[in-house]
Amino acid sequence: MSQSNSTFSKQSNKQTEGRPPRPSVSTRARQDQAARRTFFVFTLLPVLLILFIAIALFIRSWPIISAYGLSDLLFGEVWRPNNEQFGFWPFILGTLWVTTVGVVLAVPLCLLASIYLAEYAHVKMRSFAKPILDLLAAIPPVVYGVWGLLTIVPFVDDVLAPLFDRWLGSVSIFKVNQPTGFGILSAGIVLAVMIAPLIISVMYEIFSTVPNDLRHASLAVGATRWQTIRNIILPQVAPGILAAIVLGASRALGETIAVLMVVGNIPQVPTSIFDSAYPLPALIANNYGEMMSIPLYDAALLSAALVLLIVILIFNILSMLVIQRMLRRKWAS
Amino acid sequence: MDAHIQVKNLNVYYGKQQALKDVNIEIPKNQITVIMGPSGCGKTTLLKTFNRFLELTEGTQLTGEVLVDGKNIYDRDVDVTEVRKVVGLLAQRPAPLPMSIFDNVLYGMNIHRMKKDRREYKDAARHYLEIAGLWDEVQNRLHDPATSLSIGQQQRLCLARGLAVEPEIILGDEPTSALDPISSQNIESRLIELKQQYTTVIVTHTLRQAKRLGDYVIYMYLGEVIEAGPAKEVFNNPQHERTRAYLEGQI
Repeated sequence: MSQSNSTFSKQSNKQTEGRPPRPSVSTRARQDQAARRTFFVFTLLPVLLILFIAIALFIRSWPIISAYGLSDLLFGEVWRPNNEQFGFWPFILGTLWVTTVGVVLAVPLCLLASIYLAEYAHVKMRSFAKPILDLLAAIPPVVYGVWGLLTIVPFVDDVLAPLFDRWLGSVSIFKVNQPTGFGILSAGIVLAVMIAPLIISVMYEIFSTVPNDLRHASLAVGATRWQTIRNIILPQVAPGILAAIVLGASRALGETIAVLMVVGNIPQVPTSIFDSAYPLPALIANNYGEMMSIPLYDAALLSAALVLLIVILIFNILSMLVIQRMLRRKWAS
Repeated sequence: MDAHIQVKNLNVYYGKQQALKDVNIEIPKNQITVIMGPSGCGKTTLLKTFNRFLELTEGTQLTGEVLVDGKNIYDRDVDVTEVRKVVGLLAQRPAPLPMSIFDNVLYGMNIHRMKKDRREYKDAARHYLEIAGLWDEVQNRLHDPATSLSIGQQQRLCLARGLAVEPEIILGDEPTSALDPISSQNIESRLIELKQQYTTVIVTHTLRQAKRLGDYVIYMYLGEVIEAGPAKEVFNNPQHERTRAYLEGQI
């Protein structure tokens, strides 16, 4: 190895005679090595960071986990820190309800919007709509929170709640138990609007990965654009669409400020989209740093953070597995 | 001449650049017409006006008329999907759809709901695979993905898929340029077999292929039709200086 290296460097010296000396091959190889190691460290850093955060959260929440046991904490339905009752179940369910409603509202709209932008819209329309969507993604969450407070909460309270109560009141998930407007539906609507730009732009990118040859092959036999989308493009992009939804859902799971402004923040197990709820991020943000005189409160909130982290990790891992499965099936067929 | 396609005063612009200049030609029925000329002369553009594929490229503008069976396909009351059903296209690179060989052949038939039951669809699949000369090679693997075929087989599959919607005209945009010599020859013999029943228009940049296939020849240069006529006349006795130069330069 070193033998051949020196022959190569001799040769290159001979060739560059009379010209300013270039770094020898071995120097360049060393530079390459150094660059490679540097990039490796910076790639490893975020991975380690997640690990450290998880470990730190675990250590800090250990007092409460050891005192109560994991299942009592996770599935306990009562949250009364003053009585030393710490049940996370209402918060876990609150997180899931709010996220589900947000995603269910956002996905159909995002799918239609991205299909329009990728498959139908003209260049002019596209170059007009895309920056606006990106702009929507840049609006700070607190602004969405204020918008929800001023617009969505009254709208839910005055319009949607009476409407649903009248026509679908017998269905328990549409029953209006707490007519305030603050609740899961309001939070879901705000979340849907917040995650939509992200989902649309990811879906749009996925549609653009389908080669034009396929579109043309379908159009050439006289298929309409819609037939082409339904028969050729959608089956092709299904795993990617799912990935876009997961990305949006992950964002929704962790969204804090905009949600806590409109969701009501009552620690109860919700049964209807009009119920108030109290998602995990809101719990942490509202309480951390306050009422720290209560024993184990600090540990309780940090274990809430740990639970949120684990929920998001499980969710992402599961969806990754599903997407991989879909991709494998696609290659197999 | 019994003209199947008539082009009248056709001008095409990409943005401000003019790609076709006042094209007036007639394409004879049930013959192979070859459009030839150097790259960038507008031959593919002209071909794309025949099945209205040009409008898939943004920023194109078109004036003039393209009449198929006497009807201008750019009239407002014309359904573009009907045009493309009548005027089929064999693309430069084969584009098998991401489904089985069987479903590829039947794709267009399903789109247009042309047959009644499974039995009829099965028979049709066999029929068109036979016409395309692919049946013997794929009859035992009809439900394999179309992408598992070789590229030459894929192009014949695309031919079968195009023929299955019962077009009257076949367009070929350099349909053999991505293929090996044997596959090219195979496609060429299919096209010659089929010319009794179909009007065929082929764009090619190889003069030899033009001579092998062409009954009628159109020579284009810089967006203009320089010369058009029966193959024998154009090849043996070109009327225009430019055509003569092209024919001699390439040999």
